[in-house]
Parts: sequence; C-alpha cells; structure tokens
Amino acid sequence: MNHIADAQSEVYKEEARELLTVLEDSLLQLERSPDDKELVGQIFRALHTIKGSGSMFGFDRIAAFTHEVETTFDLVRNSEIPVSKALIDHTLQAKDYIKLLLEEPTTDEAPCEQDLKTLIGSFNKLVSGHKETMTQNPPTNTSTTITSAQGASSSNAPAGLLTYRIRFCPASDIFLTGTNPLFLLDELQELGECRAVAQTNALSSLEEMNPELCYVAWDIVLTTDKGIEAIRDVFIFVEDTAAIHIEKVDSPGDGAAEEGYKKVGEILVERGDVKAEELKEALGEQKRIGDILIDKGIVTRDKIASALAEQEQVKEVREKKAKEEAASSIRVAAAKLDKLVDLVGELVTVQAHLSQKANSQADPELVLISEEVERLTGELRDNTMSIRMVPIGSTFGRFSRLVRDLSKELGKEIEMATEGAETELDKTVIERLNDPLVHLIRNSIDHGIEPPDVRESLGKTRKGLIQLTARHAGAQVHIEITDDGAGLDSARIREKAIEKGLISHDAEITEKELFGLIFAPGFSTAEKVSNVSGRGVGMDVVKRTIDALRGHIEVESEQGMGTTITLKLPLTLAIIDGLLVEVDKDYYVLPLSSVEECIELDHSKKTRQQDGRFVNLRGHLVPYVRLREQFGVKGDIPDVEQIVVTGSEGNKIGFVVDQVIGEHQTVIKTLSRVYKDVDSVSGATILGDGTVALILDISKLSQVGRCEGNA
Amino acid sequence: MAKCIMTVDDSVSVRQMVSFTLKNAGYDVVEASDGKDALGKLNGSGVNMIITDLNMPNLDGIGLIRAVRSNDAYKFVPIVMLTTESQDSKKQEGKSAGATGWIVKPFKPEQLLGVIKKVLG
Repeated sequence: MNHIADAQSEVYKEEARELLTVLEDSLLQLERSPDDKELVGQIFRALHTIKGSGSMFGFDRIAAFTHEVETTFDLVRNSEIPVSKALIDHTLQAKDYIKLLLEEPTTDEAPCEQDLKTLIGSFNKLVSGHKETMTQNPPTNTSTTITSAQGASSSNAPAGLLTYRIRFCPASDIFLTGTNPLFLLDELQELGECRAVAQTNALSSLEEMNPELCYVAWDIVLTTDKGIEAIRDVFIFVEDTAAIHIEKVDSPGDGAAEEGYKKVGEILVERGDVKAEELKEALGEQKRIGDILIDKGIVTRDKIASALAEQEQVKEVREKKAKEEAASSIRVAAAKLDKLVDLVGELVTVQAHLSQKANSQADPELVLISEEVERLTGELRDNTMSIRMVPIGSTFGRFSRLVRDLSKELGKEIEMATEGAETELDKTVIERLNDPLVHLIRNSIDHGIEPPDVRESLGKTRKGLIQLTARHAGAQVHIEITDDGAGLDSARIREKAIEKGLISHDAEITEKELFGLIFAPGFSTAEKVSNVSGRGVGMDVVKRTIDALRGHIEVESEQGMGTTITLKLPLTLAIIDGLLVEVDKDYYVLPLSSVEECIELDHSKKTRQQDGRFVNLRGHLVPYVRLREQFGVKGDIPDVEQIVVTGSEGNKIGFVVDQVIGEHQTVIKTLSRVYKDVDSVSGATILGDGTVALILDISKLSQVGRCEGNA
Repeated sequence: MAKCIMTVDDSVSVRQMVSFTLKNAGYDVVEASDGKDALGKLNGSGVNMIITDLNMPNLDGIGLIRAVRSNDAYKFVPIVMLTTESQDSKKQEGKSAGATGWIVKPFKPEQLLGVIKKVLG
C-alpha cells in the first residue's frame, strides 16, 4: 500500500513540475499581453490543480500556499484585479517557492519562512488593495480548510436516541440529475430504525404519466442517535430542489410515556395535514379516525399510513427502552420450556378439532367460542415460540476466537465480520447449528482463504475476510458463510467425483449440482490432510445435520473470488406451516415453505408428455412423482389430479395428489424409532378430527423422483 | 458485474488517485483527460457514473454535464463534480446543468466512496 502511495506522490511531483513550467511560461507571456483572458485562465487552472492534488497527496503546505495565490488569480480572472507588473513578479516568486516546497516536502519547518511571509503579505496587499476600491465585492475565502459536505456529521455530538419525522418531496425532475431517491432512503435506513411510507397521491393515470418524472414523496420516521445534521447530510445534494422537512418527534423518557402515545389524529394535526377543527368534528363519529378522515377526503390514505407508521415506531422505540430498563429476567430450565411447547402443540391440535366440530354443528354460539379459542391459541403459540427464540449473536461471537486461533496456526491473516447477530432462531436449532458452522468456517480458513503472500500476488488484500450473515427470509432463517478466498475448483471437484465414483465420466451436471457433491460422504479435494480439514469427514455430517433440521444448503462459488455457503433453516422445529393434501382419503402435509404453486393434471387431455412423468410448466419441463404410486395406494384415480410444484435446492419437482385441501398449522410429531428407516416421511401430525397426516420429506422424495426421471 | 465509473480530470495525479480508490473498492474505471475526451469515450462504454473536475481545457465540467444530460443513453447517469471552488456560483451552475452531487477537494478516499454510495447505491 505504502509503495503505491509513494508512486502516487511521485506522479504528483512530476505533474506539478510540468505545471510550474507552464505557469512560468504563461506568466511571462501574460507580461507581454496582459489582456489575454485565455492566459489568465491557463494560469488559474495550473494553480488550481497544484493546490487541489497537493492537498490530496499530503502536500498540505503547497496546498495552503497555492490557495493564497489562486485566490488572487480568481479575482484577476473575474477582471476584478488588473494584471500588473507587481502581480506577475509576485506570482513568479510564488512559483519558485512552490518549487522549493515541492522538492523538500519533508522538512518540518517551512523553508525560508521570512520569504513566505513577505510573499503572502504582498499577495494580501494586492487583494486588499482591490477590496478597498471595490467594497461591494463578496469577501474571498482566505481559509484553506474547506469543510467538505461529507464530514459534517461526525463533528456533531450524538444526541441520544431521538425520533424524527421527515417529509421528503423530491422535485419531479429529480431523475434528470441522475439522483435515485431510493438510495437516499437506503442511507437513512443505515442511520437507525427507519420506516418510510410512500405518498403516491400525486401519481396520475398510466396514460398521462411521464416515466421520466418522479411523482412520489415519502414520509419517513427515523429513530437515530446521529443527530439532525446527519439526516440533513443525507439530503445534501437535493436540499435545494426537494422539499425536506425534518422535525423531532419524541425522545423516549421525556415524560410523555405516562401520557400514553399520541393519537393518529394528534400526529396529523402536528404535521399540518389536518386542521384541529376538522379533527374534532371527525371525532364526533364513532369510527376509526383514519377511516373517517379518508372518507371525508381530508387526507389521503398514504398520509394516514405514514402517521400510523410514526405511532408504531415511537411505540417500538419506547418499548425497547422499557425492555432495556426492565432487563430483569427469570432463568427457566430448558426442559420446562420444551414441555410448554409440547403442551401448546397439543392445544393447537385440540383447537383444530374444536373448530371443525363447531363449524359442522352450525351453532353460532359454539362457533363464536371456538373462534375466540382459535385466536388465543394462535397468540399463545406465537408467544411460546418467541420464548424459545434466542439471538444467534452469541454463537457468532464464539467463532471470532476460532478464526483468530486457526488463522494464526495456519499462518494466514483473516478478519471475521458478522451481520445480523440479532436474528433470532429456535434454541434447539442454534445448539445443533454450532458444529456444522464450526466445520464450514474451518473449511473456509483452511481451503478457502489463501496465505497472505499468495493473496498479495493475486492483487487481493493480505487479509482475508470471512463474513457470517444471518437474516430472516419468510419463515426461514438464512445463514451465510462467505469468504473471499480461492473459490471452489469445479474441474477438480469433477475429477474427484469421477474418481470416487459419484458421477460417471460423461455426466452432464450443472455447476450447482457439482458443488453439491462436496457434501457427499468421503469427498475431499484437499491434497494434503491437515489438522484442520481435508479428511472428507465433516461436509457430509454438515449436510446431515442441516437435513435433520429441515434445512437446505446452497453453495455459490466463483473461482478466485470466493465461496458463499448458505444454510436455509426453518425458524422452529415444533410447528410449521404446511399444505394439507389428500391421496385416496389419506392425508399428507408438505412444508409450505417449499411449495411454489399448484397446477392441474387433467387426464382427459392426455398428452405424450404426461406419460413421460414431465409436465410442461410455462415452457419448462418439470418432473413429477405420483404419490399414489410412491406409497402403493390402490383405488380409483380421479379424472383431474393436482400437482403441487415444489422448489427444493434449486430444482422444481411436482407431486401428484388427488386433492389439495389447504394451509394447515402443522404441529410436528416425530415418528417412533420403528420408522427410522422410512426415508420419504419426516414426521407426522394430528389433524382436527384426530386422523394422522404424514409430513413428507420433499428433498428425499425429490431424489427418488430424479432417479426415476433419469432412468 | 462491477459498476463502471468514468473519472474526468486534466490532472493525472487526481485521476490516478480517484481511479486507484475506485478500483480498490471494486469498481471498473474509465479515465478521461477532459470533457471532450470524456464524451468521446462515453458512447457504448456502459459507464454507470461520472466523476468530473470542473476546470478543464477543451470542454470544461459544466459543458460535459450539459452534453451528457442531453444524451438519451446517459440522461439519468449520476454525475458528481469535483470542485475546489468554495464559491457557490460554480456549484450552482453545475447543479443547474444537471449534476447529481459534488465533492469538495481535497477529499479523502472514504469521502469519495461515501458520495459514490449515495448516488450509485
């Protein structure tokens, strides 16, 4: 890095010498033809560049001094100071002085300080002499410290967590300046907890709309400790053209807590969207205030939505604070929690039974009670689940030590970064995740990240990076382990796979499938077995553990750039959202998270494709498995069957069933040991009427399907 | 694919510094020595953003911004002007010509990357 900086300053010096020569020539020419505007411009540009790049490469003294000269020439350029003999003399002296500074930049004391002072003095005299004659002229900037727009936020003292409401109405031609307002919203998001509600009422009909104009404004509620200046900084490039209002809303603990939260109406009045009288009148009607105001056409729905967002956010911030204050907690034995979850599971089952019964009895009173029970059960279930949720951060924290020790042992320089440490996962899942994660990280350190010297020769930074990221994605949590190392060598994997007999010589498989092979038992491409990894046990264990957690593993890799391994895990092991299907009066559950769509398989329109166990789905061939045949179910096949299309590990596969019944809250019951060899079923659940439905293991069934499809 | 940024400056050292910073941050860089050169290199280059100095021979920064904005293919490309001018007039002129933002020289690499993030995402 250092030698690059040195090379850079050499380039600067070289350039500055050239510029100084240009400067001298131009000055001498200017002496002969003092009215030549072009020459003045040339001189100004030369000074300007010397100053501008000087300060960037650490030649601060040059920059500071040249600034004085440049200021003078700016006035000359604007014809406010005449070109005089004195000016040219001084500038030539200045040029010599800059040259001196350039060649001896390392000395601490400014060389020939006396000369410098006189020189600056004479320039100031030139400028001030001009000022006396033209007093109306705006003062010139004599300070060289130009605060750049970007630095302002740091100087501002953090003001503690405050909530602001921001109304951002960009000018309609904002796109024509190349600005993307969404990036600004992203930037706000980085400052703290942020909610943005788009105000779309200015949007006209599609025919009248000009796609090059912006019709949307945003109401944003932001809670941040960075202060209002940081928020203004975000909008610095658009502050002249866009209407931006920033207001402080609420700081937790300012006594407002006792008064309760501001009502939506109050917020709207504060924002000036609604007049107080209008609000009073509207309140006379017994309806939700938002609905009334919308009905009356006083405000638009978007405005209400944004006021509600503010209310919500303030509430949340306060709750968070309250939570921190009341950090007292009770330790409970994990076994008790497990028992609680079991009981809630039972309750959900019984409740399903009750609902079914109530609906078939057609007794409105009973239906009412059953609905109430349903609601409470749902809440109880969510709460119980959340008790078992713990943030993954503590697990992440353990790995930084591992990374440190291992990289030292292997002589590598590795930095670990984590993101989403607050992501919550079921306790059992987190516990069982530890070993696979350790293994994957070890692998990244051992095989992924190259030694520092190799990295340097490849033009990478000496330090390798391992990034752990956790985030929610629907009912799943995705955990990514990313390294910026060598990446997977697909050719080597292929070779190895053929050697191990995992694939045939001429097998045509995609890169993704190829990467999937590293999880096969006994597979390792490392030539040497190290203390850390390379024995080829492990990756298959990782795969097995993740499978047992009903998760998936995905590998992405680019040779030379690095590898990303994504673990996709369900939030909880106890209850899942399932799709209930029927095959000849038997019920099965498919995990809803893998279901993509349901289509019909109509036997009256038999085509050739259907015999081949493929269905044409919008131009793509999707293989399907008949559950009827898979489970040896006899009986009549209905005329129209349903195909549930699932996506598992990037492949689509359909399952043919008689009928799709619908979504079902599935309490997972593990099967007894007797069934441990049954591959295609991962558990069972009890339906409302007491019947048992089997939960299908889609990835196992897909493998069966694929084998048959290939055969 | 890496985003491509064009740096336009008549000073080799500034151009090098900008391009070094950008390349380190993983961007592709096209260099141009003045506005005229920039316009010549622009077409078909797939540039996602332009960082330009204001004071340049042949065609200055303001002229470049105007020309880029009138080119349909690059009408919406973010343009950041580099300026040492503390006076607002140049900045205003640049803004009304259609510049997205500005950065005041001297700047540190982090500041440059901060501004790029702001306009390029």
